[in-house]
Amino acid sequence: MLALTDFLMLGAILFSLSVAGIFLNRKNVIILLMCIELMLLAVNINFVAFSHFHGDTVGQVFVFFILTVAAAEAAIGLAILVVLFRNRRTINVEDLDTLKG
Amino acid sequence: MTFELFVFYVFSAILVFAAAMVITRRNPVHSTLFLVLAFFTSAAIWLLAEAEFLAIVLVLVYVGAVMVLFLFVVMMLDIDIATLRAGFVRNLPLAILIALAMAVEIFLVIGSGGFGGERYAEVMAHTAEYDNTAALGSVLYTEYMYPFEIAAVILLVAIIAAIGLTMRRRPETKYQDPSRQVRVKKGADRISVLKMDVED
Repeated sequence: MLALTDFLMLGAILFSLSVAGIFLNRKNVIILLMCIELMLLAVNINFVAFSHFHGDTVGQVFVFFILTVAAAEAAIGLAILVVLFRNRRTINVEDLDTLKG
Repeated sequence: MTFELFVFYVFSAILVFAAAMVITRRNPVHSTLFLVLAFFTSAAIWLLAEAEFLAIVLVLVYVGAVMVLFLFVVMMLDIDIATLRAGFVRNLPLAILIALAMAVEIFLVIGSGGFGGERYAEVMAHTAEYDNTAALGSVLYTEYMYPFEIAAVILLVAIIAAIGLTMRRRPETKYQDPSRQVRVKKGADRISVLKMDVED
């Protein structure tokens, strides 16, 4: 029988993998955005699992809102990426030092 | 081991494999396609957890719209992959160490007896008459009406921001200005009277 812990461990593995992905692909903004999407997916798996095992629909409502915000974030992030590439001809994070931070 | 558990483990293996491929592939197009596989597989896992509406939304919105947008941007940008991959091997030990540490920490919390995960081991499956979409809608449109409207406004802001960021005016393109066209006067703007000397 499926248990809550199975879902939570799957979410934990997925989250850890995406954190590793952020470390591995520190220079490629596109892969960084994809890793953030994976993280949100891991969190959503946890929400769905808790909603299922508590018998409460509110967890799924929360997933609905997270999906909305994630879609908005992806759209704006990719728009910024396109403008960045148009101006600088690169998406390497190390080259983005105009602000001298 | 029940069939449900078997299916869950198979899908979980595919999901973890796809996520590992996303973060290690050299070509960003391959990464995006593996991300599509990851989202699709997790939609199947959500079906196992009886979240049918969200599973379909994940496939339609994520695989259908967001991932296609990613693919579009990846293919449109002319990226030099070699410089972006520099430091991949150097960062590998640190990445594995931190990911392992995080996974072990979370496992220690959720696997321990104090978490109480085994209390929820037995869940009654819903009957065939249960409608997940109706249940979600009846909560979403009553109790969570204001958050729902705020989510709609967030999407509107995202549309306006994305268009405003990426739209550019090219100087060589000719545009019509409807407001100036409407405001044109019959006499002064259309006809100009020139004073000329009389010629024979």
